[in-house]
Amino acid sequence: MGLLNALPGAAAQGIIWGIMAIGVYITYKILDLADLTVDGSICTGMAVCTMMIVSGHHVWFAMLAALLAGMAAGLLTGIFHTLMGIPAILAGILTQLILWSVNLKILGKANQALPARNYGVLVTSLRKEEAIFVLILFAVVIIALLYWFFGTEFGASVRATGCNAKMSVAQGINTQFNKVFGFILSNGIVALAGALLAQYSGKADINDGRGAIVIGLAAVIIGEALISRLSQNFILRLFGVILGGVIYYLVYQTVIFFGLDTDLLKMLSALVVAVFLAIPYWKKHFFSKTKLPKAGEEKQDA
Amino acid sequence: MLEISRITKIFNAGTVNEKVALNDLSLTIHDGDFITVIGGNGAGKSTLLNSIAGTFPVDAGNIRIDDSDITRLPEYKRAKFIGRVFQDPMTGTAGDMWIEENMALALRRGKRRGLGWAITSKDRALFKEMLKELNLGLEDRLSTKVGLLSGGQRQAITLLMATLQKPKLLLLDEHTAALDPKTAAKVLELTETIIREHALTALMVTHNMKDAIRLGNRLIMMADGKIIFDVSGEEKKKLTVNDLLEKFEEASHGGFANDRMILG
Repeated sequence: MGLLNALPGAAAQGIIWGIMAIGVYITYKILDLADLTVDGSICTGMAVCTMMIVSGHHVWFAMLAALLAGMAAGLLTGIFHTLMGIPAILAGILTQLILWSVNLKILGKANQALPARNYGVLVTSLRKEEAIFVLILFAVVIIALLYWFFGTEFGASVRATGCNAKMSVAQGINTQFNKVFGFILSNGIVALAGALLAQYSGKADINDGRGAIVIGLAAVIIGEALISRLSQNFILRLFGVILGGVIYYLVYQTVIFFGLDTDLLKMLSALVVAVFLAIPYWKKHFFSKTKLPKAGEEKQDA
Repeated sequence: MLEISRITKIFNAGTVNEKVALNDLSLTIHDGDFITVIGGNGAGKSTLLNSIAGTFPVDAGNIRIDDSDITRLPEYKRAKFIGRVFQDPMTGTAGDMWIEENMALALRRGKRRGLGWAITSKDRALFKEMLKELNLGLEDRLSTKVGLLSGGQRQAITLLMATLQKPKLLLLDEHTAALDPKTAAKVLELTETIIREHALTALMVTHNMKDAIRLGNRLIMMADGKIIFDVSGEEKKKLTVNDLLEKFEEASHGGFANDRMILG
């Protein structure tokens, strides 16, 4: 029974991580950039939202502030990468480190409680079913907006930038600008997920968000594995990412329930993601689909 | 009109690998010129095209299009004036995007990209019509990923894309070199048709001297980052492959034996 009781909570958290993973999807899949800013920007989102609500601001205003803070973090990584020529991974790590200090300053201490009983929040673990409903609405709205955006002239040019930068430049696309925009959009969504996470869990902690990129990648990979064979439809792929987040969290809760040492969870998550990241590489190098005739075998159609 | 005056480009300056790719080179391209460019490996042909396109800044000299100086203009802004087809068929198109998406990107070259739909039904009709003329059966495959097409099909689409917005200059950098001979001939024929029909100004690098003589109204030969031979009109029509080989021999003082292998 304990496991069943844990499921709604796992689903709700899974959707939140799924929303965050959509941010990861934008940089990792669409722009082909590995952005480690997310480990910091999700915590920024949590910290900003928490402090705003605690100091008496309306929850929607707090979430808007969290979104903007995340976008600012993305802008910084974008500037590091494009104007200063720092490789994307390193640019993200630098911003992540900067955000550690910034988040501490925002929180003023290592953690801050955000009890749902005292404040008006949108989602809370005290009312899980309601939270799931609200979170699904959030996911649907974000996916709809992204679907619209990536279908526009500008959105298509962002996709082209990630797909073939040289061709994009030759078609007059400002690829540097588009990359910066991608970082901004991605980290805005990540911080928004952070704002939801802080409300749901009723706290913001300076250590929250560590390893978020791994969870995001896991959700993206699980989502792709589920959907990409069935359909290339962009909406379905984004829903796949949300579903990936949910599945990740359900598995996570299940292994905890069966008594796995929680200290090992991050290590195991990272190893699982490493294996999944390796699969396309292995497929390419060890399982060539081209069948060559074996020695001594005559070619039939010669 | 494109005016290149006294441009120099040096790679790896100050190192043992220093290479003067363009050496005080000047060239004026008149509207309607179809220039073929030949020269041995390392003569600076691709560097010339890339300098015009803005892939990297030149170290000296300037480049003007219709009296506006584009020397310092970033590559993506020059794309407004310049259409390009690359040697590698993978380079000119986005493989993970559909045929119609690729063409729609090209249709807005040099224009502001706003929040209107990337592809309208009017665009689609236009693409269909243009693809039909290729006779490759691509008109019914608008929502096929370009990555699934053959190299020749990709080059044909890249050519269409380079000319969807009529460029002031079309740059073709050995765009048939990676194709099999039959496909290469087809793509070359298409190139000729498109340039003629749209009255385009073009610069085409080729390793095939017969093509260089047969196509276009003007031919330039490069060696050591300079233009060593520039011929047009009737004089060009009378050229033979042997004439060109002799010119090479004169210019390349001994390095010719190597080039001959490539140019034969």
